[in-house]
Amino acid sequence: MDCKYLVIGNSAGAIAAVEAIREVDREGECIMVAAEKYQAYSRALIPYYLAGEFELEKMYYRAADFYVKNNIRAILGEKAVRIDFLHKEVEIADGQRIRYGKLLLATGSLASVPIIEGLSYSYDSNYGEKFDKEGVFTFTSLDDAIEIKRRVESGFVKKAVVLGGGRIGLMAAEALIRNRLDVTVIKRSERLLPEVFDGTASRMVKNHLKESGLRMLIGHTLKAVTGERSVEGVILNDGTEIKCDLLIIAAGVGPRVELVRDTEVKINRGIVVDRRMKTSVPDVYACGDCAEVYDFAQQDYRLTPVWAAAYAGGRIAGFNMCGLEKEYRWGTNMNSMHFFGLSVITAGISAEDEENGNGYAVLKEIDEEKKIYEKIVIRDNRLIGMILMNKIERGGIFLGLMRAGINVSSFKEELLSDDFGLISLPEELRRGICTGTMKW
Amino acid sequence: MGVEGVFRGIMRRIYCKEEVCIGCRLCEVWCRIEHSKSKKVLKAFLYEKERAIQRVQVEERGAVSFALQCRHCEEPDCVYSCISGALYKGNEVVMHDTSRCVGCWSCVLACPYGVIAMDEVRGKAWKCDFCEGVGREEPICVEKCPNEALRLALVLEVEHAESE
Repeated sequence: MDCKYLVIGNSAGAIAAVEAIREVDREGECIMVAAEKYQAYSRALIPYYLAGEFELEKMYYRAADFYVKNNIRAILGEKAVRIDFLHKEVEIADGQRIRYGKLLLATGSLASVPIIEGLSYSYDSNYGEKFDKEGVFTFTSLDDAIEIKRRVESGFVKKAVVLGGGRIGLMAAEALIRNRLDVTVIKRSERLLPEVFDGTASRMVKNHLKESGLRMLIGHTLKAVTGERSVEGVILNDGTEIKCDLLIIAAGVGPRVELVRDTEVKINRGIVVDRRMKTSVPDVYACGDCAEVYDFAQQDYRLTPVWAAAYAGGRIAGFNMCGLEKEYRWGTNMNSMHFFGLSVITAGISAEDEENGNGYAVLKEIDEEKKIYEKIVIRDNRLIGMILMNKIERGGIFLGLMRAGINVSSFKEELLSDDFGLISLPEELRRGICTGTMKW
Repeated sequence: MGVEGVFRGIMRRIYCKEEVCIGCRLCEVWCRIEHSKSKKVLKAFLYEKERAIQRVQVEERGAVSFALQCRHCEEPDCVYSCISGALYKGNEVVMHDTSRCVGCWSCVLACPYGVIAMDEVRGKAWKCDFCEGVGREEPICVEKCPNEALRLALVLEVEHAESE
């Protein structure tokens, strides 16, 4: 088989790339290969699906005829197993070989599973982990989501343990609580979401979680999982035993790079790409969770496993694969989250506490009672990070200021004022933005 | 490398002339009425169970005021951030299928204009639909602006014209 564009993957980055390709080149043969059998679905929606907010159909964020309409040959449920970069050929699980003109690696991430006594797993032929005990799951695939939901709805599952108090773990826990399960979250580190939360944000969200009825055991790890065929409980590092019939492992994700390990493709923690999403091998691109992409706030390349960065990076990759030279300068670690109704957004460099001083200026507003926390981090008069809690509606303007690298020295005092808006910006800038003469 | 710009068409856009905006907020009022079920002012504001949310917002400080709604960006960050496929780019307009929206607020973080409204009660985002969603030819805010501060402009959109 021959094609002009070959995309390995079928999630945000991959879909973005083929959508961009089709904006430029409607005819060039395009093939997508993915290990999972499903049409593109949103991994980010898994907690919402489990919480019972909608039916399975809504997991699919593109119409069923997406591939046909976009003239894409989708080979789903067949994993890519080997790449021959010299002959520009990809071998897939059923033995077929596909020759490509341009190749995109959008293989995403895999859940990290710590070593725990009484628990082993293998990767099944399709996607993700298969544990040797029933009732144990990661929280990263639609197969997991469907099976967890089936068990929860059967009514036989009453008690759940979630290992990991990160974003995925907390959202999983909330969804399970909404299903009226008794849930315990086991978390190792004191700080909540240490990549993005500072001490204040961590403390305020923790308090809110506690008030919302979430039981979280901090400073613990899992020593062992008990049960024969099915999980029956867990034993913590201090010997405490907790009974459960559902165990969710949400101990983080790592880039999925096994396909290109020990090949010419340069890997650091993830696949190394430049601003055009090109890897170290000609005609091979990468985007999304598997790649180390440019972070404008850090001014460096790093893993950025968030949906928006995957999509934006995939779009840039797609354009470049078509010969359109575009640079990715869009992304940083950005998160929009909500925990039991408390919404929090973060972007850029936000986690440092001032007392540990990295020398950046910080603006802060805290209202403990209203659970409002606003923090803006400034370097050389430019915004490089933020945390906004319970008052996020105009937060996008801050991200805009960050991206555009606007000098804020003349309106710094306005940034955290109650009625902050575009009107707070200097007239020329504001007019440029509102009339579209300034690219914002 | 040689891909020239792709001509996408002539797009209608709403602009506010701030010198003549009097800050009356009639655009906000009419936007809400037009997007309400009854299209009646009293019901829209007081009695409808599922109350409509306005998608235009007047910003005001001292003598300066202007109305702002979705810019319907050529490269809409909100669409690229949407985890559910609710936001999508139509021909001319960035559209939002609220039935698919889960209220994750990714678009709120992504929009550099801060014009996506959060409805925390229903857990939905709301944004300007150019009144396409209510079947109007022309946006109501433009039609009802008493001082013609809000007006429609035609903009030539050429995609991928320059390397970024």
